[in-house]
Amino acid sequence: MAAHSAVQKRKRNVSILGEVYAILVYAILYIPVVVMMIFSFNNQRYNYYWSGFTTQWYAKLFSNSTLIGSLWYSLIIAVLSTVISVLIGTLGALGLKRYEFRGKRFINNMLYVPIIVPEIVLAVALLIIFMRLGLSLGLGSILIGHCTFCIPYAVVTIRGRISGDGDSLEEASMDLGANRLQTFLRVTLPSIMPGVMSATFLSFTLSIDDVIMSNLLAGAKNSTLPVLILSMNKSGVTPDVNALTTLMILVIVAGMLLNSGIRALIKKRSSRAEAL
Amino acid sequence: MSESIVSLIDVEKRFGSNLVVRKMSLEIQRGEFLTLLGPSGCGKTTTLRMIAGFEDATSGIIKVQGEQVEDKEPYQRDVNTVFQNYSLFPHMTVYDNVAYGLTIKKVPKEEIRRRVTEMLALVQLAGYDKRKPDALSGGQKQRVAIARALINNPKVLLLDEPLGALDLKLRKQMQIELKRLQKKLGITFVYVTHDQEEALTMSDRIAVMNAGILEQVGTPMEIYQYPKTRFVAGFIGESNLFDGTVKAVEGNLIQVETSAGLLTTCGQGFQPGEEMHVSIRPEHLEISREPAEGFALPGKIKDFTYMGTMVKTALDMADGSELKFSRFEHDSRLREGDPVYVFWRPEKSVPIKKSAT
Ligand SMILES: Nc1ncnc2c1ncn2[C@@H]1O[C@H](COP(=O)(O)OP(=O)(O)OP(=O)(O)O)[C@@H](O)[C@H]1O
Ligand SMILES: [Mg+2]
Repeated sequence: MAAHSAVQKRKRNVSILGEVYAILVYAILYIPVVVMMIFSFNNQRYNYYWSGFTTQWYAKLFSNSTLIGSLWYSLIIAVLSTVISVLIGTLGALGLKRYEFRGKRFINNMLYVPIIVPEIVLAVALLIIFMRLGLSLGLGSILIGHCTFCIPYAVVTIRGRISGDGDSLEEASMDLGANRLQTFLRVTLPSIMPGVMSATFLSFTLSIDDVIMSNLLAGAKNSTLPVLILSMNKSGVTPDVNALTTLMILVIVAGMLLNSGIRALIKKRSSRAEAL
Repeated sequence: MSESIVSLIDVEKRFGSNLVVRKMSLEIQRGEFLTLLGPSGCGKTTTLRMIAGFEDATSGIIKVQGEQVEDKEPYQRDVNTVFQNYSLFPHMTVYDNVAYGLTIKKVPKEEIRRRVTEMLALVQLAGYDKRKPDALSGGQKQRVAIARALINNPKVLLLDEPLGALDLKLRKQMQIELKRLQKKLGITFVYVTHDQEEALTMSDRIAVMNAGILEQVGTPMEIYQYPKTRFVAGFIGESNLFDGTVKAVEGNLIQVETSAGLLTTCGQGFQPGEEMHVSIRPEHLEISREPAEGFALPGKIKDFTYMGTMVKTALDMADGSELKFSRFEHDSRLREGDPVYVFWRPEKSVPIKKSAT
């Protein structure tokens, strides 16, 4: 009996330890974010101590055209490079999985090069090429830069979702009278949709988060948001940046909640359909 | 005149250096149930896929309803396929799976609803329309696959081992259902299986394939009773096969010298000195204590196996080969180890020409 309760005690201790550990991990992850959010309401210019509540930074934010401009710039680049990368990535993944052609293995291996090579190397290489070709730097060069690393990620993510028997599903579809386009839209695309979605989120995140390419290939005129914030670092980051990032986090959290809500709804509906 | 709905003329298929289908010529009649039968890897699926349009023939001509189809895409051919692995669309309900062909053809919604409901009733799946394929048993998936193909009123239905994944009982039941369905709808079925019993019970005609070669085409009875090649004799049903040389020909009777001894068979067109094969079914084999006329096939009883309705007896022959002998009742005078002589009525055995290959 005594031994039994000792074991139980130890078990309880272990589980308490585990909980403490988990809380610590989450604390370290989220405390900085929470602090930043709190300081976005700080009635004081420096992020060192609290001196009272204000919403002035949010007002400032919307009149700070540089900051808002760079946010738009980042968003446009992220959306465009995501669309391009996912389009090319989807077709590339299908081609690499479904078709046999010469040099397929080579292309498969080369796919990982942009993922493995340090980004700075890729960026410098691209910079040299653009210079050589006499292309001006700006939106276009950043887009190309982002696509060079987003496309391989997109291909790898989507390829993982293409099942081995997709082939026979497509054959079944064509057997039933659907041409290639109809087959792609009705059978192929739905079956790889989860992969396409992951690739979309991944590309978007990679692009909007990027500093190195965006910095090196930016040219003189516009900066993306991360590049702008980084450059503020010297003079100190102003609280309107806190306000901006707070808003961004809220948007992301809302998006995630919405997403899981939709998923739960779909699941509920299809399980109801199955019960019928 | 019976007309062909599918014709294969000298069709060959090569994968790299591998000749998978060789000089295959076959006429498939309208409304018949034709089975492609052969061991694994003999090219049955490849043949079917060439008819459906998923593989191009390396050479030769394929016609569907008298029209050459080489240049037609699978979706332009008036044939539908039931795939071995079902290939149901996992993201669609049973209803949408079955409706797929009609949806693609832009048939009005009301008509689709009516025909899908009809079709699901026909394959006894009424009420399953909202399920996803994941939530179906193997037999149900199979029936959805059949309904999905049949709803398009194809001229020809190609079925690739459609019952392969089902357990024996369900398979027997589905065999009967499929056969009934085919009769009722009058659609030509080209059915692939490696199960000879399935082929014998379901088919109007059987095309036996081996290693890419079409060995023989005929009704189940012809194939069973008069195998034309050594392979067919051995593959269909149980059979005892002898390889030997013609020793003498006397009218219909042919005496053949084999490694197991002398035997007699019955047939025409064989010359003394010619190599040939002889096939005899276990149920037609006879044994006695004394050698019979025209036979010198000494052996020994090896063992008995009781099969419920049948008793199978294995015989050890002089050359080390084993013969199978079966009867409905056990002859209690026979003992394991007894020396016996094997013979048969010559007309019960089948003489087979030695093939060129
Ligand atoms: N795409 C392909 N590339 C290369 N070889 C192939 C291909 N498809 C089939 N083969 C080969 O062709 C031969 C015949 O294959 P097929 O699938 O037609 O056989 P099968 O008679 O249907 O056999 P099973 O009863 O096992 O399904 C096999 O040796 C197979 O390895
Ligand atoms: Mg096969």
